[in-house]
Amino acid sequence: MIARVVQTISEVRPAWWVALVLLILFPFPANDFFTVQIGAYSMILGLIGLSLMILAGYGGMVSLAQLTAAGLAAYVVAIFGVNSNDVLGFGWSWWIVAPLAIAVGTLFSALVGLIAVRTSGIYMIMITLAIAVSVFFFARQNYEVFNGFTGYAGITAPQIGGVDMRAPLPFYYLCLIVAVVFLAVTAFAEKSPFGLALQATRDNPRRVAALGYSVTAIRVFAFALAGVVAATAGVLLVILNGRVSPGSIGVDVAIDILVIAVVGGLRHPVGPFLGALAFVLLENFAIDLIDRERFNTVIGAAFLLVIFFSPDGLLGLWQKLSDRIKPIQTPTKSEH
Amino acid sequence: MKYSNLLMGASLATLMSASGVYAESLKVGAVATLEGAFAALGEDGLRGIQLALNEFDGEVAGYTIELISGSTDASPDSAVRAVRKLVEQDGAQIVIGPLSGSEGIAIRDYSKTQPEVTFLNGASAAQDTTLRETSDNFFRFSTEGAQWMAGLGEYVYTEKGYRTVAVVAEDYSFPYTQVFGFLEPFCRMGGTSPQDARFYVPLGNKDYSSVIAALPDEVDAIYVALGGADAVNFLSQYEQSGGDLPLIGGSITMDQSVLGSKGSQRDYIIGTPAAGPISDTWDDPRWQAFVTDYQETFPDGFPSPSLFAHGYYINAKAAFLALEEVSGDLSDGGAAYREVLAKLSFETPTGMVHLDERHQAVGDIFLTEVVEGPNGGLLNKTISITPQVTQTLGLGYEEFLAYGPVSRENPVCE
Repeated sequence: MIARVVQTISEVRPAWWVALVLLILFPFPANDFFTVQIGAYSMILGLIGLSLMILAGYGGMVSLAQLTAAGLAAYVVAIFGVNSNDVLGFGWSWWIVAPLAIAVGTLFSALVGLIAVRTSGIYMIMITLAIAVSVFFFARQNYEVFNGFTGYAGITAPQIGGVDMRAPLPFYYLCLIVAVVFLAVTAFAEKSPFGLALQATRDNPRRVAALGYSVTAIRVFAFALAGVVAATAGVLLVILNGRVSPGSIGVDVAIDILVIAVVGGLRHPVGPFLGALAFVLLENFAIDLIDRERFNTVIGAAFLLVIFFSPDGLLGLWQKLSDRIKPIQTPTKSEH
Repeated sequence: MKYSNLLMGASLATLMSASGVYAESLKVGAVATLEGAFAALGEDGLRGIQLALNEFDGEVAGYTIELISGSTDASPDSAVRAVRKLVEQDGAQIVIGPLSGSEGIAIRDYSKTQPEVTFLNGASAAQDTTLRETSDNFFRFSTEGAQWMAGLGEYVYTEKGYRTVAVVAEDYSFPYTQVFGFLEPFCRMGGTSPQDARFYVPLGNKDYSSVIAALPDEVDAIYVALGGADAVNFLSQYEQSGGDLPLIGGSITMDQSVLGSKGSQRDYIIGTPAAGPISDTWDDPRWQAFVTDYQETFPDGFPSPSLFAHGYYINAKAAFLALEEVSGDLSDGGAAYREVLAKLSFETPTGMVHLDERHQAVGDIFLTEVVEGPNGGLLNKTISITPQVTQTLGLGYEEFLAYGPVSRENPVCE
């Protein structure tokens, strides 16, 4: 296992190391806005997108309830941590609240998997959408636990070693560490026995079952793993915003996550992060490009163009570009 | 061809750099809901800022005002994201907005992290924004939801003789504030509103049959605090189901979107009293001038400025008046500017406005009643004006806080 990890790390292409160094250095030329609102926020959305990518890319299962898993984790933080709404808010320490939140999000995602796993394609989208919508409405109308429309505000950020984790630099690096870890683990797990089994259930579930695997168990476990990623992102989100309300888990936001994953590309775990970056940049700056009444059209048109020219999203565009350059530099293997 | 393009580009560049030298510009951020269900209202809010800016010819104390917009979808998260960009990226030192209640509370909280920036409200009207946990650099020159109800509770108790009312309202902070503002005086005088006769529906509710079926018979009237399509849906369904109880309207219930809608509920709502920060048909010359200005500047706007345009206009005007007084000097992090704002008192299209010690406006409120206009359309007729309504509705601050935060059950009123 350790040997494999070492081998995998040594096989990482230099371009990735360059990207990592650039990301580490990014906050120094950037202002607080770019550090947090563009950088850290992209990574959080990218993580939720990654959760969807794990299911859709490797398992062929499109779930619209991944944002809900993240949102529930955020709610757990508000309910068991400190909030300013005088509703619940048990004031537990972050060392308990954060793992609890991730556990709840994971459990929820696994439950969604249990319910949805026997369906596929459009039916799975419908079932997960139905779950997302019912949780949204339940949270909006339940006052005892979710505090209704208002939700929770004034959620304090954790202090680690006297450092306020909501401050731009610490928060950026927290997000970067989490994103890199999950990205690396996902890329690594792609070739693991479980990763291969999951991809096999995507390609031919009958044959996988004939080989003696339980397709349902593999899929539900994938949902649970995706839940870990989404729930961790949910905890980061609540540290960033200091608030959570039903609006944070609305259907429109769930669709945004789908857009992020699809526009970024479902072939490789880095896709959702690219998609999230493109989404966040457009969301923030489209209004400066064009008349304020029309800026949503720009966002929509940009995504439409990406999908039109490259069904694999931004990743596919990149692939096409590098394919065009490569044959000139090195002859392809088939010629040898 | 190419050469002429180049030439044009060069001359354009010269022109642009020349105008850059001509007048220094000052960035003002404007936050409004330009997406989602309230998009049309957010647009109208920005028209309000534009009207105020036009009065200054776009220039305050020698500085050209550069207006940068930020869009939200009425959720607090999106409001904070929009404001963050305006402040931290675009470098706006003055921000005007937002439009809806929960957004206002979120931006008030954010303002505490940016003590050098001055925030003015747009049209958001939740009570807590300026009542509890107030911020030193958040100002609200528009009145809020409970103030807007001033005079209505007393009016229906004494003039209409209602003693018991049912409540139908949307389920979030702004309608709670309105219900509180209406019931507080009504119940103080002796009226009641039983808890099981209060119905809170989700924003955007379409089917009111369960609410209508559960409405008790022994009430004298129904207080309706619904907005836009929600109000139209409730009123038409209630009328069709044979309901005949008289109505009392919230501030955004009896507005043009409801009065202008077709259907048999039209005749039924004649005579409905309501209250709010504006009255469409007020014959005062200041208001008439404002309406004419609005109609001429924005031929494709609403027939008459909405209370959102009015709220943004007042806050923007306050921002510019104070800016003029400090000669556009914000170099001290806006400290002097905020001092001027806190003491500012000025004439608006709806009367004088000044702030209390928590930066909340004290202003005039209109009591109106729906009547049939000369050409058959429905109008809100001004019945009376309650002058200089304070946020604490005439009570002391501590005494008022004892009521507790607005909620579904507040005031109890049994």
